[in-house]
Amino acid sequence: MSAHQKPNQRPELAALDDATVAQALTRMHLIRKFEEAAEASYMRGLIHGTMHLSIGQEASAVGTTLPLEAHDYILSTHRGHGHCIARGAEPKLMFAEFFGKETGYCKGRGGSMHIADVEGGNLGANGIVGGGLPIAVGVGMSIKAQKNGRVCMVFFGDGASNEGAFHEALNMASIWKLPVVFVCENNKYGMSMDIGRAMAVANVADRASAYGMPGHCLDGNDLAGVAAVAKEAIARARSSEGPSLIECKTYRWRGHSKSDRNLYRSKEEIEDWRNQDPIRRLEDELKAHDRFDAAALMKLEEDAQRDIDAAVEFARTCPDPDPKDLTRDVYAL
Amino acid sequence: MPSDTLEAGSEIRELSYAEAVREALGQAMEADERVFLFGEDVGVYGGAFGVSGDLVHRFGKERVIDTPISELGIAGAAVGAAITGMRPVLEIQFSDFVTLAMEQLVNQAAKIRFMFGGKASVPMVVRLPGGSGTGAAAQHSQSLEAWFAHVPGLKVLQPSTPHDAKGMLLAAIDDPNPVLIFEHKLLYKTKGHVPAEAYRVPIGKAAIRREGTDVTIVGSSIMARKAEAVAERLASDGISAEVIDLRSIRPIDFTTIAESVRKTHRLLVVYEGVKTMGIGAEISAMIAESEVFDFLDAPIIRLGGADAPIPYNPVLEKAAVPQEDDIVAAASNLVRRGEA
Repeated sequence: MSAHQKPNQRPELAALDDATVAQALTRMHLIRKFEEAAEASYMRGLIHGTMHLSIGQEASAVGTTLPLEAHDYILSTHRGHGHCIARGAEPKLMFAEFFGKETGYCKGRGGSMHIADVEGGNLGANGIVGGGLPIAVGVGMSIKAQKNGRVCMVFFGDGASNEGAFHEALNMASIWKLPVVFVCENNKYGMSMDIGRAMAVANVADRASAYGMPGHCLDGNDLAGVAAVAKEAIARARSSEGPSLIECKTYRWRGHSKSDRNLYRSKEEIEDWRNQDPIRRLEDELKAHDRFDAAALMKLEEDAQRDIDAAVEFARTCPDPDPKDLTRDVYAL
Repeated sequence: MPSDTLEAGSEIRELSYAEAVREALGQAMEADERVFLFGEDVGVYGGAFGVSGDLVHRFGKERVIDTPISELGIAGAAVGAAITGMRPVLEIQFSDFVTLAMEQLVNQAAKIRFMFGGKASVPMVVRLPGGSGTGAAAQHSQSLEAWFAHVPGLKVLQPSTPHDAKGMLLAAIDDPNPVLIFEHKLLYKTKGHVPAEAYRVPIGKAAIRREGTDVTIVGSSIMARKAEAVAERLASDGISAEVIDLRSIRPIDFTTIAESVRKTHRLLVVYEGVKTMGIGAEISAMIAESEVFDFLDAPIIRLGGADAPIPYNPVLEKAAVPQEDDIVAAASNLVRRGEA
């Protein structure tokens, strides 16, 4: 199974060596399995709050972050489990957080919508639509002032692109040429509002021209295509040429959150997008080019499932926080 | 350069409040390259109230940064810079405009440390010129500090003297938490003793501006100065007022207030923000819930802003917030009632 040999392989896919592709696939599987296990845990009563699942959006989270370096930053969203895993977060600490345990990434204080791993460069998911966008500007200012060569990638949804925060942040990042990559995961709906009814232009990426930056409108379910454009945008940011806006058109198979009864979209539409499964698409393409055989692909998926099962088991047995520590960490001392 | 008034052979030096703030900013930026100043028109313009003045010429455009008119965006930028190793000082041109930045201050800055299990800190300072008295009317004259004192995770300061303006700003820049400093616009030109060195005034400690035995007057920001100013008039009427300058409303120095009320048995709280649901309500309730309640000889009086937006007309504008005569009348009334 050697890369770069089979003819007719797209340059975007050929650019990813086997080890990179295997890592990307592993992360996509981990995200899918994490979300499925989260849903199952909810059904079993192990989860106290709500959740926003990203099943179907795995190529966007993994493809955009694949070209990032270890010291780069990300800022995530309420639908952020995938971004954490894509950046190498440990599923067992994520589940511990999800289950509200003292051993979780945020000691059970944040939960699903606030998972962060500041030391690992994940500056946090965000419960406010568009909340991370202005923060990315400040991170970019830090990077510029400290001349440390990092890049900040900030995720947001199609809905967030109608917040004032989006417009203020893109403008400021552009006038100051900050090393920021704006990634819009356009999954078509802001809760139930179709983006076609919420926005007068066809694509979120069209808005980039208003802020003097490149806008890329992508098939967000194509891992290799997303990674290729992200690589270009990250390089542009790192070389002080300024920010870019990437729009990944994708779809969440599940509802907005647990309260969603799918009244605003059809079964046919959901089925249509399930047929564009980003994981299956990548696997099929790799098999077609003889880069991985079915057994090797199966092993990646099974390993991911084993990791997630172990993570859930770890989190289940962890201790809850002590109520006497309620006000700890409201202030830094 | 600040207009130093050096008395011959002494170290007594007077600066205006605005000069004191500028001196603190300059000293903080000299001492720590992580500190930078940004906001609307803080560069060559020198700030809407002249506070940043010449700092852009001393430190350059990379550290004294003019921003677009995007209050939400710049508040968020302060958060992002703070969590990644910088010490941003943000000026919100008029404190009223903070209404546009609430999301980032309340949902993000105040909560990030807690939500992340203590694994991040947000060392940022926001300076907010506020208050009435300049004829700027309802959208440029508010005193919104109590809003923020309701938010765990924030610190809220109201220095009233040039000395405290400098020392509390330097303490705020050192602080690992988000600190909001409300600067009353009418105080900017007031003068007072300001040591030249970089000193700190501890956050969360009230100051007893004048000792007295008959009534405790707790004031915040400019109202502490007004209370201090009328104490002499009260003294000539035979009333000994103890004047406490709150300086910080989150955290609030309840101990100093309680000890004073234990001595004077009477409490008057004066603040410019709207009286209803304001600082005075909190202080009154804290006294009512404590054992100091038993020492009261008269009901507590609150003097605060009227239940109306700040009007344009100067007569109405004065009527909308406590004035010195109101403080004298309330203190006299309180002492008389206590004696009845």
